[in-house]
Amino acid sequence: MEKIVSWIDDRFPLTKVWEEHMAKYYAPKNFNFWYFFGSLAILMLVMQIVTGLFLTMHYKPDAALAFASVEYIMRDVPWGWLIRYLHAIGASMFFVVVYLHMFRALIYGSYRGPRELVWIFGMVIFIALMAESFMGYLLPWGNMSFWGAQVIISLFGAIPYVGDGLVEWLRGDYVISDATLNRFFAFHVAAVPLVLVILVFLHIVALHKVGSNNPDGIEIKKNKDENGIPLDGIPFHPYYTVKDIVGVIVFLMVFSAIIFFAPEMGGWFLEADNFTPSDPLTTPPHIVPLWYFTPYYSILRAVTWEWLPGGAKLWGVIAMGASLVVLFFLPWLDKSPVRSIRYRGGIFKAALAIFIAAFFLLGWLGTQPAEGINTLLAQISMFIYFGFFLLMPIYTRLDKTKPVPERLT
Amino acid sequence: MSEQNINNGRRRMLTLATSAVGAVGVGFAVTPFILSMTPSARAKAAGAPVEVDFSKLEEGVLLTVEWQGKPVWIVKRSDVMMEKLTTITDLLSDPNSEVESQQPAYAQNPPRSQEIHPNISVMVGICTHLGCSPLEKFAVGPASDMGNDWPGGFFCPCHGSKFDMAGRVYKNVPAPTNLPVPPYRFLSETQVIVGENPEEAKG
Repeated sequence: MEKIVSWIDDRFPLTKVWEEHMAKYYAPKNFNFWYFFGSLAILMLVMQIVTGLFLTMHYKPDAALAFASVEYIMRDVPWGWLIRYLHAIGASMFFVVVYLHMFRALIYGSYRGPRELVWIFGMVIFIALMAESFMGYLLPWGNMSFWGAQVIISLFGAIPYVGDGLVEWLRGDYVISDATLNRFFAFHVAAVPLVLVILVFLHIVALHKVGSNNPDGIEIKKNKDENGIPLDGIPFHPYYTVKDIVGVIVFLMVFSAIIFFAPEMGGWFLEADNFTPSDPLTTPPHIVPLWYFTPYYSILRAVTWEWLPGGAKLWGVIAMGASLVVLFFLPWLDKSPVRSIRYRGGIFKAALAIFIAAFFLLGWLGTQPAEGINTLLAQISMFIYFGFFLLMPIYTRLDKTKPVPERLT
Repeated sequence: MSEQNINNGRRRMLTLATSAVGAVGVGFAVTPFILSMTPSARAKAAGAPVEVDFSKLEEGVLLTVEWQGKPVWIVKRSDVMMEKLTTITDLLSDPNSEVESQQPAYAQNPPRSQEIHPNISVMVGICTHLGCSPLEKFAVGPASDMGNDWPGGFFCPCHGSKFDMAGRVYKNVPAPTNLPVPPYRFLSETQVIVGENPEEAKG
């Protein structure tokens, strides 16, 4: 065995990579519950790639055959229903994990320098994941697939001058059609997954360069022993590999319970209107995006001020884009002397609580008709959403922070 | 080659020139890929006109046909509906159909129809906001769920845009313009062809 390893090591840095990233990669010793979601996100990525691969063996990316081929997978392909549920519900679970992973970064300041690039790679992953999920949602060719894609692609039509041409180019036709379905399939199974895998690789490379943050928000590299090993660090393997396996087992229990007992999750994970084949002549009475898009969809709809130059439609699209772009600037907006919520003062905690409430409210409003009081609530929540980020340089400076200890607690 | 013979300025210039030519080459190379995503010849050819027989269409009933993959509505409006069109002008954002892209010149009138059959309305049933197909709300008043003053028209379920019986958009809704009127020509008293202009409008 040793001989084989040394033979490989002369030709490929096997031991070196293993030690740098696993056996001698020192992570802070105080990781808690919130640190499960990074490894769970990798699990979900693998889950989606594997189940997706097996679905392509039976799925037909053809407007005339797509809907029936999904039903064929559900009824006639041995275990096809399980693979399809793992994939469709896996998408929702992937977003659950990713949102919790992002929330962790938010409360412990994991985006702060020197981890800005870790955060930015993560945000690009988030946006690529949204594109991946949106295109995947067209593939079953149900009525919600069709009209959801119609609405989202039409968003690009709001861009002045080039909008209409761009929309035609994206669809490859004058309406959502077979051409659109075929290219979404190509992007969904080949291009975007490849990009995602590369981005995840870069995310981890950037993380391992700077080291993990922790619930205290203290750099463990500041306190090293005589061998240069952080005093508060423990090797990732075996300590955190074993810890993450516990997380995986608990997560898979929850995931399985949903798959077997509530795959539709009351319409939150699989929408009723998508069990009807697509019909270009009839819009479902109530268009609702999947839950993980609803906060942003709410922001899109919240802009109703016709007096804005260029019209409300254009500014709705701009606001929705800006709500994602602003996240990229988070590392530079936060001016607090401390990273972790443990040592922050009341102002940040209050701001975060209000932000979370507004984010959930936006998410819920995105599933409701945009009428009456709902529009006003969405507008208020939108201002809270942007206020949380754009006012951050002010309130994080005013906030009274607690003294940060030298070592992990 | 000795050190002092190296002309760094010239090297930089050559590197820049090579990169610029390379960039132009990349531009040429990606063009076919980008253009391959535009509508194909088959998609372009698929917009053939559609003939519709509306002899059995009752007043105040919506007939939906497919033209170029889009829903096209044909409605025979009653005289009451026609009268209402003139009373709600203040609620509309473009009552005189001044946005020219939304209808052919022969439909640029309050009922947005041709003079020979003013009661017959032909429209593309795609909301000008984000492309949903609005719902028929022809019932008047409380029966419509649209408020007691609702004069009958269309309502888009996606983002709440409202249109009247001529597809004219209301003020303060997300949709920016009236519903489009496609080219259409009457073949006889009971037949219309969607996708072609009337004889006199050609040329």
